[in-house]
Amino acid sequence: MKKKMIFSDFFKNNGVVMGCLLIGLVSFWLIFLIILPQLSMLDYSFRFNLPPAEVGGPKDVYTLSNYEHLIYGSDTTHQTYNTVDLKVFVRTIIAAMLVTIFNIFLCYPLAYFLGQSKGSGFVRLLVVLLIIPYWINEILRAFALRIIFGDSGLLNEALMFLHLTSEPIDFIRQDIALYAGLGYAYILLMLFPMYNVIESLDRNQIEAARDMGASWMRIHRRIVIPHAKPGIVSGATMVFMLSAGALAAPQILGGPSSLWFTQLVYQWFNDSLNWQQGAAYAIVLLASTIIIVLTVMKIFKVNMGDIGK
Amino acid sequence: MSSGVAVDLENITIRFGDFTAVKDANVNINGGDFFSFLGPSGCGKTTILRAVSGFLEPSEGRVLIGGNDMAGIGPNKRPTALIFQNLALFPLMKVWENISFSMEVAGASAAERRKRADELLDMIALGGQGDKLPSELSGGQKQRVAIARALCANPDVLLLDEPLSALDLKLRQHMRTELREIQQRVGITFIYITHDQGEALTMSDNVAVMKAGVIDQIDTGHNIYDDPATPFVASFVGENNVFRGKVKSISGNEAVITTNRSGDLLSRITPAQVGKLAVGDDAMMFIRPEALELAPRDADSKTTISANVINEEFEGNSFSVFLQGDGGKQIKMSVPNLGQDRISVRGENLSLRYDASNAVTMPAGELASE
Repeated sequence: MKKKMIFSDFFKNNGVVMGCLLIGLVSFWLIFLIILPQLSMLDYSFRFNLPPAEVGGPKDVYTLSNYEHLIYGSDTTHQTYNTVDLKVFVRTIIAAMLVTIFNIFLCYPLAYFLGQSKGSGFVRLLVVLLIIPYWINEILRAFALRIIFGDSGLLNEALMFLHLTSEPIDFIRQDIALYAGLGYAYILLMLFPMYNVIESLDRNQIEAARDMGASWMRIHRRIVIPHAKPGIVSGATMVFMLSAGALAAPQILGGPSSLWFTQLVYQWFNDSLNWQQGAAYAIVLLASTIIIVLTVMKIFKVNMGDIGK
Repeated sequence: MSSGVAVDLENITIRFGDFTAVKDANVNINGGDFFSFLGPSGCGKTTILRAVSGFLEPSEGRVLIGGNDMAGIGPNKRPTALIFQNLALFPLMKVWENISFSMEVAGASAAERRKRADELLDMIALGGQGDKLPSELSGGQKQRVAIARALCANPDVLLLDEPLSALDLKLRQHMRTELREIQQRVGITFIYITHDQGEALTMSDNVAVMKAGVIDQIDTGHNIYDDPATPFVASFVGENNVFRGKVKSISGNEAVITTNRSGDLLSRITPAQVGKLAVGDDAMMFIRPEALELAPRDADSKTTISANVINEEFEGNSFSVFLQGDGGKQIKMSVPNLGQDRISVRGENLSLRYDASNAVTMPAGELASE
């Protein structure tokens, strides 16, 4: 009943032609650009990697072997685990979570400041300054960070000049450059949803709480954060999903010994030309991140609808 | 019933950059008073309230609450509670959590808070509604929750920033009575900000009328209505007919002014301006619409005005007759409806009279803009 109302209102507001066009475009986007390609990847992930001649032949049957490979490796007896790939998987998920948490703590004060000093010219300038670096392409930004974090990069030079260290620190091998790069790559996706919700907070509520004697800590805990929760979760969702699925930053900023799970996927597709195996790995990553996001939303009592606000 | 805590503003001036929002305000508010600041928007009344609540420090002067200088004491440490224009209830907290927020801040247990909140809910006739969210309440109920929330901390002074302005007319009038009753029950000092003279006059013990950062008059509502100190107060509070002229003669506290259109008119000099008018000065005389009546043939010409009728409106309890006045201004006469069919005919020339004691003269000055 309620759904029906939404649709009739939608057509009333937009007209039949425009309404059909909008629905058509959204459906095209969803079906042809998202659902069908993902379904074909899902299909791939359950098939053997066969030579072209045998595709569609009697050997082309569904199998779980691609998924088994992630868990048990090439050992078909299932005696040992594929510790290398599983470690990379767990590390990727945990590191993406840490990057997300780090971004939350970094962006919250900034978003609060931006959101509460409404519309002043200075704030608009700050926002523009935050956006402009993102005009530069992702790979270039990653290489720039690599230079900054390099042995004789800006950061090491500065640290040594200030006598904070005598030897250059190997930021790349210790993955500091990688985390910084991932954090930096998606930080605006955290900042802007937070900024938007905090900007919509009525300043009088903060003053009312202050008038009743609340400390700044309590004002944030009881008033600002509950209000900003949808924005925080929506930003966190995007940063987590994109960090876990990032490729450029790990490729360029990752240490020689550390792999990101997406790099494994990339290797299966590109180096081993085993799309079926790559698809299985990608599906596992996708499903895990979705489950994690839904769980976190459940824990923090945020609905899907809140995120869209 | 406490006797209430006095609030004194001593030579308060508040500047924002080059702009002076409040200029040299001196106000003594008695403990337990319902005191209103009345003025058009932008006159600085909210600024004064923010200085009392501690959200801003005056550029000059002192705020004393109960005789204690409040300089350097933040809003969270002052014995005041503020009710915001938009109420600023916390939308994500239940009603009882809203009401008891000040106790939560003070570290009271949930049971204590709930008990106190329920008591206050009973007081504002919202018993049993504590578990709702503010969005589930009506406008008037939200209003009462905001009052209960402010009273929960047992403040010495309650500050109200136009809290009724968002309500519809009926509810607003009802809440006036209710606010006044609550104030008398709890016995604390209320400082009320409004641009609505009806609210100020009905609820307040004393009213300060403000114009562009300056307090023009502080007095009881009755005196402000009957003896306005300045042309601004006379024209801002209630309806008034203004007659401009030059002072012709003064005897005691009565003066005769010569107007262009209506000849010589006799009236009282408003008490605040006695001794400040001299013969030949530009003056303004004010007569309320209800103080005018149709003149008998033998009326004294110094208290009669002759003018042509422009229009007549039936208001239910009264007739409003609009007549051609000085300088394009209309003269309004209000005649109670005692069963007459009509008072006048359009274009008719009427003679109106008034009692000299019901009209006030003062030096010419700025009027409230319509």
